[in-house]
Amino acid sequence: MADQDTGAPVAPAAPKPPWEEKPVPATPQDAREHPQVRELAEHVGDGILEAVEFAGQVTVTVGLERLVEVCRACKDRLGYGYLVDLTAVDWKDRAEGRFDIVYWLHRHAGEQRLRLKVRVAEGAEAPTVTTVWKTANWMEREVFDMFGVYFAGHPNLERILTWEGFNGHPLRKDFPIEGIDTGAAIYPDVYPPGGGPVSGGEEGA
Amino acid sequence: MTERAPVHLSADSEEMEISFGPQHPATHGVLRVMVKIDGERIVETKPVIGYLHRGTEKIFERETYNGCIPHTDRMDYTAAATNNQGLVGAVEKMMGITIPPRAAYIRMMLAELQRIASHTIWLGTHALDIGAQSPFFYTFEEREKILDLYEEYCGARLTLNAMRVGGQPFDLPSGWTDRCRAFIDQLPAKIADWERLLTKNRIWKLRTVGIGVMSGADAIEWGLTGPPLRGSGVKWDVRKVFPYDHYEEMEFDIPIGTNGDTYDRYLVRMEEMRQSVRIVRQCLDRLPDGPVMAKVPKVIKPPKGEVYFSVEGPKGELGYYVVSDGTDKPYRLHVRPACFINLQALPELVRGHLVADLIAVIGTLDIVLGEIDR
Repeated sequence: MADQDTGAPVAPAAPKPPWEEKPVPATPQDAREHPQVRELAEHVGDGILEAVEFAGQVTVTVGLERLVEVCRACKDRLGYGYLVDLTAVDWKDRAEGRFDIVYWLHRHAGEQRLRLKVRVAEGAEAPTVTTVWKTANWMEREVFDMFGVYFAGHPNLERILTWEGFNGHPLRKDFPIEGIDTGAAIYPDVYPPGGGPVSGGEEGA
Repeated sequence: MTERAPVHLSADSEEMEISFGPQHPATHGVLRVMVKIDGERIVETKPVIGYLHRGTEKIFERETYNGCIPHTDRMDYTAAATNNQGLVGAVEKMMGITIPPRAAYIRMMLAELQRIASHTIWLGTHALDIGAQSPFFYTFEEREKILDLYEEYCGARLTLNAMRVGGQPFDLPSGWTDRCRAFIDQLPAKIADWERLLTKNRIWKLRTVGIGVMSGADAIEWGLTGPPLRGSGVKWDVRKVFPYDHYEEMEFDIPIGTNGDTYDRYLVRMEEMRQSVRIVRQCLDRLPDGPVMAKVPKVIKPPKGEVYFSVEGPKGELGYYVVSDGTDKPYRLHVRPACFINLQALPELVRGHLVADLIAVIGTLDIVLGEIDR
């Protein structure tokens, strides 16, 4: 009993709670062996170009020509019945194709999510997935409106957030963040025609 | 000469196309619906949106991550707290930040109070659209009390800007928990009062039962989330499926409907308010002590990569897709707006109904144009 009283080592300082530690940022990892990816590979074989896991979310890059086939397999065979989100990212100067179209799928059995991604070059068309999930309709219209990516086979590819006749695609990286002169200036004496708040700056005057 | 909405008539049919909105009080903002009608029956509808488009996603690209938070307030301006919660959650997930438990509890309280506030607006305006005027006054009285609690916490009533990456900007002011408890203690009786006005009301039932029906399978196909999904009998809630903050410690039920009609969605939202009261009460009972802010770098720079993070907003799944290029500004920040995707199903829901039912269905979808148009 005595050595317990005297010789006991000083208890190490309690570990710091996680919110006082320096945060450890997420890092990307290869996810070819991830169960969700392997399961998909069984159905689409070599359709998978790349698979990355980041912050617990799996991203699978597929070829544009096989996109609809992969989506069909995801929905019909793997149960990804809910298309959560569809959007695009503009990588202006990327050689492999300017735009990423991103599909974020959910399946209710097991509550798992999977991200699909295709690369689309400027001027190229992406196939529509409205034939797979009805909800893709407005999402693809938004991507068309904001990025100018065309979806082949879409039932009603019109602008949705901006108006018909709007010139440009606002979320492209080369679209000025301050906006453009749309010709709809309501104070023509302040902003003469063709010389709106932005495009009429120094070089336009 | 007064301006008139365009009416297109053709001689060989009785179909007529009218433009409903964007300046119409029953469209809850600036929604325009092109309605093709045959007499009083709706043949086809086409929602026209974008009148409130402010380029929020473009603006995000020029702001720092914390600078984006005030812009999220202005999307769904009836539910700023849940908007904040989604964005900060996404950035924290990327950077691997664990927020202190007290901050998480404050977030959950703010979010659940926000759900109640949002549902009170929905109930008041939805009932007003259908012709019941009094619920509006009762529900807005309770909403005021919630806004007072917000004002006391962060100084703002609507555009809260009440969360930061890494935690909460302020601790709760002294006495706030007592006033919050007093509020939620008296609320269930008020909800019961509202229900007494409507739930068994014959006119209310005539206007809502069997209107805007959607099956659970269709609701998933159309991507519906939130009360429209649960009203169709699908038991699915982001707070249960992918718990964020400390929702996994909370006890609450997910109410679901059986018929997927306007009446069921009404019942679901009424029950959701009671469940939110339950969650706030648990938060108050177990509110931990400690700091409200984690140790985060001065400059928020998430690593290169992409993350999607969603919260259960009052309207449905509100998601943020963040693409970072390693700098202090998002390369791309996309919002998955629940209202935008729920509204897409409007033509399906109203086909074959009467024009007056269109008003009921717009009300039951609980749309906010600020979030749809962004």
